[in-house]
Amino acid sequence: MTGNLLEVVDLKKHYPLTGGLLGKSEGVVQAVNGVSFSIGRGETLAIVGESGCGKSTVARSVLGLIEPTGGEVFLEGTKISGLSVRQMRAYRRHLQVVFQDPYSSLNPRMTAAEIVAEPMRNYRMGSAAKRRELVAGLFAKVGLRPDQMDRFPHEFSGGQRQRLGIARALSLSPKIIVLDEPVSALDVSVQAQIVNLLIDLRNEIGLSYLFIAHDLAVVEHISDRVAVMYLGRMVELADKRSLFARPLHPYTKALLSAVPIPEPGAHRERIKMTGDIPSPIRPPSGCRFHPRCPLAQDRCKAEQPELRTLATGHQVACHFAETALGAV
Amino acid sequence: MGGVLLAIIVVLIVLAPWIAPFDPMEIDPIMRLRPPSTENLFGTDALGRDILSRVLWGGRVSLFVGFTVAVAATGIGLSIGLLAGYLRRGDEVIMRVMDGLMAVPGILLAIVLMTLTRGSITAVVIAITVPEVPRVVRLARSLVLSVRNQTYVEAAVAMGTSEPRILVRHILPNVAAPLIVQATFVMASAIMIEAYLGFLGIGTPPEIPSWGNMMAEARSTISIGLWAMLFPGIMLALTVLAINLCGDRLRDILDPRLARRI
Repeated sequence: MTGNLLEVVDLKKHYPLTGGLLGKSEGVVQAVNGVSFSIGRGETLAIVGESGCGKSTVARSVLGLIEPTGGEVFLEGTKISGLSVRQMRAYRRHLQVVFQDPYSSLNPRMTAAEIVAEPMRNYRMGSAAKRRELVAGLFAKVGLRPDQMDRFPHEFSGGQRQRLGIARALSLSPKIIVLDEPVSALDVSVQAQIVNLLIDLRNEIGLSYLFIAHDLAVVEHISDRVAVMYLGRMVELADKRSLFARPLHPYTKALLSAVPIPEPGAHRERIKMTGDIPSPIRPPSGCRFHPRCPLAQDRCKAEQPELRTLATGHQVACHFAETALGAV
Repeated sequence: MGGVLLAIIVVLIVLAPWIAPFDPMEIDPIMRLRPPSTENLFGTDALGRDILSRVLWGGRVSLFVGFTVAVAATGIGLSIGLLAGYLRRGDEVIMRVMDGLMAVPGILLAIVLMTLTRGSITAVVIAITVPEVPRVVRLARSLVLSVRNQTYVEAAVAMGTSEPRILVRHILPNVAAPLIVQATFVMASAIMIEAYLGFLGIGTPPEIPSWGNMMAEARSTISIGLWAMLFPGIMLALTVLAINLCGDRLRDILDPRLARRI
């Protein structure tokens, strides 16, 4: 546990479903069910999965924006889950966030400079004049012009707004930034610019990222390690190279086969998944992926595979991972 | 357009003590029911009082009631709306009480209050404010609920912004515009209701000149002195129209996407 910047242990988040006049319980949505991972200094971990798999819930739990049902979050060895709002405030400056939607994540009634300066103001960093100077520096760092400081968010394009969001996250010099699908609301051409900016910033400042995404192509560029989530559980976690070269979980294989190859005429065997994501209210028995899995056997219906570490350091939750490893 | 009209009306009414040609209370039996002339621009009423002077003085009652009700209803409504919508304290209870208040007929409340207090402008203000509050609360609560779920509020929490500052910097500025517009409509409707109540004889005490009272008094002589009812009626209509036009204009101005940069 030492050495890791961020450590998440057995994180769970269940939402009770109530209905009817008396508000009686009608079950629980198991948004996140026992997720563990760690992020080292300067490292980028990506969490990928379909919408509804719980990846954003993980991000919000790490940030202390929602109270997890179970599990613990450690920042530099200090437990930060279950703290009061006031206690949590002291740790927030080390743990910043960039949200997915660059339109709704900036207050439309504050100027760009006010938005970027607000975190510094919250932590009483410098005088107003000093903060303005720092904001100008941050603007330059994220590729915005200082003469845009007094504009309002609606006067910026989507990509520029996301740069503002990044400048705001950087303003407290955090140790780690949670990026909750930071580019999925942007045009493809702008996506690349923002990803490159994030990579440059990481190399320059030595940041760590928790990068939430549903797009493997984006993840391939920025991450050191990749975790794949399905229905609130982690199904595979490995360093980027081995995950992309040798995916062991059938779900990861299916996801990878859906990534287009940027080469005309190139073909790859397409694994098509049948059916939809099952409801997280009544998840399937055993392995949650078995109704859609091409390899599913009787054992998968009965027994839930735990995430285990193989000899290669690859972590996977599938009964047939060894077979998959041997076959390649 | 609405702003210019409203400004003219307000200036005339505020300056009433200096520009009104006659004492609005001065009775002159010889001058009863004179039609508009160069001496009495709007004519005189059944007691020989100058209608122009009474219209100007009566406007003070209308504007005072309208403004006070708008400020009181918006202030009280916003406070309760924040309590229910942001702090979520007693949300259900508050909203059911508001539903109950909405079911009380305003006229009934006015009659009861007038009977209990023997009539006063304060009682009129209370009688009009109480039924307006639940409407403001509903609007404020729904605005606050939608703003507090915006990502920028979540971002502010993640950036370590304190609760009072989130309220002042992030919630209030983003709910203010519709509430200010709503306040102008509350003001217009309060001026109308004050006139209704006066007309029905359960509003402002009859010795105070107000537009509703003037129209009520002119009712019995309408066949021989239409002007006694016409001029306060026109002023009432113009004032309410001007306020509503201002409200519409404000809505455009207060939208940051439409506002011109200064």
